[in-house]
Amino acid sequence: MTKKRHQELGLTDEQVLEMYKTMLLARKLDERMWLLNRSGKIPFVISCQGQEAAQVGAAFALNRKEDYIAPYYRDMGVVLAFGMTAKELMLSAFAKADDPNSGGRQMPGHFGQKKNRILSGSSPVTTQVPHAVGVALAAKMEKKDVVSFVTLGEGSSNQGDFHEGLNFAGVHKLPVITMVENNKYAISVPYDRQVASNNIADRAQGYGMPGVTIDGNDPLAVYQAVKEARNRAIRGEGPSLIEAVCYRLTAHSSDDDDRTYREKGEVEEAKKNDSVITFASYLKENEILTDSVEQRLNDEITKIINEATDFAENAAYAEAEDTLKYVYEEK
Amino acid sequence: MPVMSYIQAVTTALREEMQRDEKVFILGEDVGKKGGVFRATDGLYETFGEARVLDTPLAESAIAGVGIGAAMYGMRPVAEMQFADFIMPAVNQIISEAAKMRYRSNNDWSVPMTIRAPYGGGVHGALYHSQSVEAIFANQPGLKIVMPSTPYDVKGLLKAAIRDNDPVLFFEHKRAYRLLKGEVPEDDYVLPIGKADVKREGEDITVITYGLCVHFALQAAEKLAEDGINAHILDLRTVYPLDQEAIIEAAKKTGKVLLITEDNKEGSIIGEVAAIIAEHCLFDLDAPINRLAGPDVPAMPYAPTMEKYFMMNPDKVEKAMRDLAEY
Ligand SMILES: Cc1ncc(C[n+]2csc(CCOP(=O)(O)OP(=O)(O)O)c2C)c(N)n1
Ligand SMILES: [Mg+2]
Repeated sequence: MTKKRHQELGLTDEQVLEMYKTMLLARKLDERMWLLNRSGKIPFVISCQGQEAAQVGAAFALNRKEDYIAPYYRDMGVVLAFGMTAKELMLSAFAKADDPNSGGRQMPGHFGQKKNRILSGSSPVTTQVPHAVGVALAAKMEKKDVVSFVTLGEGSSNQGDFHEGLNFAGVHKLPVITMVENNKYAISVPYDRQVASNNIADRAQGYGMPGVTIDGNDPLAVYQAVKEARNRAIRGEGPSLIEAVCYRLTAHSSDDDDRTYREKGEVEEAKKNDSVITFASYLKENEILTDSVEQRLNDEITKIINEATDFAENAAYAEAEDTLKYVYEEK
Repeated sequence: MPVMSYIQAVTTALREEMQRDEKVFILGEDVGKKGGVFRATDGLYETFGEARVLDTPLAESAIAGVGIGAAMYGMRPVAEMQFADFIMPAVNQIISEAAKMRYRSNNDWSVPMTIRAPYGGGVHGALYHSQSVEAIFANQPGLKIVMPSTPYDVKGLLKAAIRDNDPVLFFEHKRAYRLLKGEVPEDDYVLPIGKADVKREGEDITVITYGLCVHFALQAAEKLAEDGINAHILDLRTVYPLDQEAIIEAAKKTGKVLLITEDNKEGSIIGEVAAIIAEHCLFDLDAPINRLAGPDVPAMPYAPTMEKYFMMNPDKVEKAMRDLAEY
């Protein structure tokens, strides 16, 4: 019997099902957040939709108990895979005190959770790249077998911090994996008005590391690329750049109207490659996602999201005076 | 007690901290083999090796940003900006990232990093090797800014900065590096960040300043003393956040206050010092608060005539002190 693709990669049926479940949870959580936004309950949403395969495929290729991640605002799939819960993400969406990312200080999508080694992120794009390089430098100095994994959008790869960070990592051969989630737009500006090179992966050349472009709608392809990059990093061969090509299925954020700059037909076309659907088909063909399993997953996820929403909606805000806390270490 | 120069105190503090704690490491341009363009890291590469005295690519945002990442991992990086003037490409990392990390993560993450940079003029450094940049960072809660004036303070404060669990900008006056010498104890002492220090007791006028200007004020004070005028001199040492209590006390002591900085006048550190005094000492003042500062031009020019015009010196300080005493 010929091996199935995921088996060739060393993934069990349970593991790929877990990947799918994480992708689906990210998608459904994101969809719920839009509903909450449109009904006036939460002020802001920024989506992972269309990028779940890249995010979850990559996260599953890392050591989720030891590696460090510096995600960007769309990476709900990455942080879910690294241990952040639906409840915690909802607390952040509602800006409640128990939001582990920031205690309600930052907008949603600004991930951070030390216990899961998720570096805290900010709004100015790409600042996280040198941080991930710094973690990799420290891990190398401490002789730890861990890598850092950092993501950003293709537009953000124009920032100086991308180039300074990758060059630093290349010069010092640091165990850092940079994955650009190329969703073809930076708000309204399309790829060809944003980046002069034919693809993002080519940028790796200048920094002495391999760069690959892969199908970001295929979680197994992403898994494979990140796995290889991680193996290289652990062998001491240095950093890698991965470009995961995907598509942003929503507007840039809840404050954007994408009808002003892209055709509806283009979005409809992209939905044909929606990884949540295509990966489900793969799992069905291989009899991993049977009807009963699918039913169970959907029920489970609906329950998780309902509970998370109710919990977060009813949770307390920070006290007003908490505004003054934690500027400096409090002894 | 050994006498050493200001820059030797920097090197000594770095060496002792690296010996004490293996998480401490240095990164910056030319800090390794060369030992820094001013030789502040002289000999450290030989002792601690290239991994702990890391020559980085010429890219300041990466120096700050990589330092931040390493600090978040649990290291204690000491980043060097070759000149304070070249900290500008790293401002986003310092202000958006380092300063806000603890606050934005609700105390989950922190950045125990020190950034050292030589600042200041009077060395024929022209516009881009002479600047005082502290005011740019001095309204960024989350940062601490230390600007020592003596070798003794350098050692104690740099050690404190390295051990601090929040980001500290440590600005060293480059003209002080070899000009100033002083006694520095061999033992392992730290001085408190956030505390000003009375460098001279006096009853007639109060001078509040920091960095190299402390010496100009001390020199001028000796001359004034010959004429029976006794100046009280407060060295801020930490210019952000300010030691309000010490400022108020020093202002009240004489009721006549002169504030000095080498930086441009408008928007400088001493403007904030003046505001603190205005808020708290109105009925204790016997003269308007005086400010002596550089002119409001972009930076210090190269030609000696213009450099001298811009740069603070003991004569300018002496004149301002006498004028205030006679008010
Ligand atoms: C330094 C900076 N400039 C501008 C912005 C505003 N902004 C937020 S996201 C964004 C577009 C980013 O596009 P891309 O990197 O492709 O990521 P995507 O949102 O498509 O995932 C812009 C311009 C910002 N956050 N930071
Ligand atoms: Mg994009």
